[in-house]
Amino acid sequence: MLMITCPWCGEREQIEFSAGGQAHIARPEDPAKLSDEEWGAYIYVRDNPKGVHFERWVHSHGCGKWFNAVRHTVTDVFWDVYTMGEEKPWVPEDWDGLTTRAQYETAKTAGQTAEGGEQK
Amino acid sequence: MTKYSIFSLIRNALSYHENWQKAWRSPDPKPEYDVIIVGGGGHGLATAYYLAKECGITNVAVIEKGWLGGGNTGRNTTIVRSNYLWDESAALYDHAVKLWETMSQDLNYNVMFSQRGLLHLAHNVHDMQEIGRRGHAIKLNGIDSEFISPAQVKEMVPFINLECRYPVMGALLQRRGGTARHDAVAWGYARAIDAMGVDVIQNCEVTGFKVEGGVVKGVETSRGYIGAKKVGVVTAGHTSVMAEMAGFRMPLESFPLQAFVSEPLKPVIDCVIMSNAIHAYISQSDKGELVIGGSGDPYVSYSQRGSFDQIEHVAGPVVELYPIFSRVRMMRQWGGITDVTVDRSPIITKTPVENLYFNCGWGTGGFKATPGSGHVFAHSIAKGEMHPIAAPFSMDRFYTGALIDEAAAAAVAH
Repeated sequence: MLMITCPWCGEREQIEFSAGGQAHIARPEDPAKLSDEEWGAYIYVRDNPKGVHFERWVHSHGCGKWFNAVRHTVTDVFWDVYTMGEEKPWVPEDWDGLTTRAQYETAKTAGQTAEGGEQK
Repeated sequence: MTKYSIFSLIRNALSYHENWQKAWRSPDPKPEYDVIIVGGGGHGLATAYYLAKECGITNVAVIEKGWLGGGNTGRNTTIVRSNYLWDESAALYDHAVKLWETMSQDLNYNVMFSQRGLLHLAHNVHDMQEIGRRGHAIKLNGIDSEFISPAQVKEMVPFINLECRYPVMGALLQRRGGTARHDAVAWGYARAIDAMGVDVIQNCEVTGFKVEGGVVKGVETSRGYIGAKKVGVVTAGHTSVMAEMAGFRMPLESFPLQAFVSEPLKPVIDCVIMSNAIHAYISQSDKGELVIGGSGDPYVSYSQRGSFDQIEHVAGPVVELYPIFSRVRMMRQWGGITDVTVDRSPIITKTPVENLYFNCGWGTGGFKATPGSGHVFAHSIAKGEMHPIAAPFSMDRFYTGALIDEAAAAAVAH
């Protein structure tokens, strides 16, 4: 079972959550000024990346709150969760989705220490 | 190509089946083709088949990242039907069913198409209203459809539990619906197009498009650059990835959809039974396995696995409806990546790049349309304008507003 960390409730099973699709889609300021193509794109076109995906979830069978998350769509591993209104977290380009953020950062730190050691 | 027949079977039996020729070659890519089809699944192979057979274009390559039919063609639950609500969908899917009916003869390859009948169960008043509306719409489109009572369902499926938590109140029956052997569809098409001179190139991944002045000139692949006058992209779940390479975006999201099969049993179900309301559909393969499918995962993913909770979500209703299966063991489980549009109808379309065509968005129900999809797509590519059956499925509909909203009728039941 996919485990998802709700920013308020902590780690819970995926069945407690509902997926809300791509995050950070801003409603156009003046929809009346949009062409049909632009409005259609706003309504229907989604990023759908094979890789890092910024997305919304709602803890529907828990606190009921919406939040954002970053997940790798090949491995379904989450990089981070963050609350609505927060900035997108930084995701390193070489993150392949096979490790969690903690594992990635530990490996990076270990790598840097090793490199530093070699220089000495 | 040696024709398969009873005589070739006897001849090869005499040499202990050691001398069957390969069904298709494994050619190296030529520098340029008239048409390149990206994606060696059923739809892509069918497109190449109709390009060669009906449009006279045989300088064609089908380029496949992995092996033939290794994507959704080999991962679906093999159901074929055409009982759709809207006229546009009915035209497209019934076009396919008609081609299914002669496919084994056309290809000289047994695709084991079996029109064993397909039941859509209704479990509540709303289901009854839905099948009422859809059933009449289907009949008006000249497609076979019958309303049947719970007693008639019981006659067809004697072990069904009609008085379960969501009791069976009626059903819609399409007798021309049924199943086909999915791998055979890919292999049969590959063998037929190979015989007509089409190159089937496996283990060759498209990594980019060469576009000059808004016109596609060829594709970059893991085996080098290949030029093409026209390119048709039929890559199902990976369509958004291909579109990004070509420089535009598609109104698609990719979701895993999983299925599973049981251990082989003696013949027990001689039709296909689907249930939209409780997300379970079931049939029995000729090997005897129960083939079971349900709804897709709710989040975008390319994992080709499917989430764990969906297994219970599908197995629960199956056991409730068919208590006889409660102790059957499941043998295999897998997932495919479905490219889903918001109106649950496919996209067969020209694109912002000239001579680049996309056939995608078949979502959770593409297998049934394989020959029809290939047929209309081939004619569209050959002529440079969309086939009349394909025209309503253009990607323009997402801003003109002319959506073909099959979501209500087809929801998850594919």
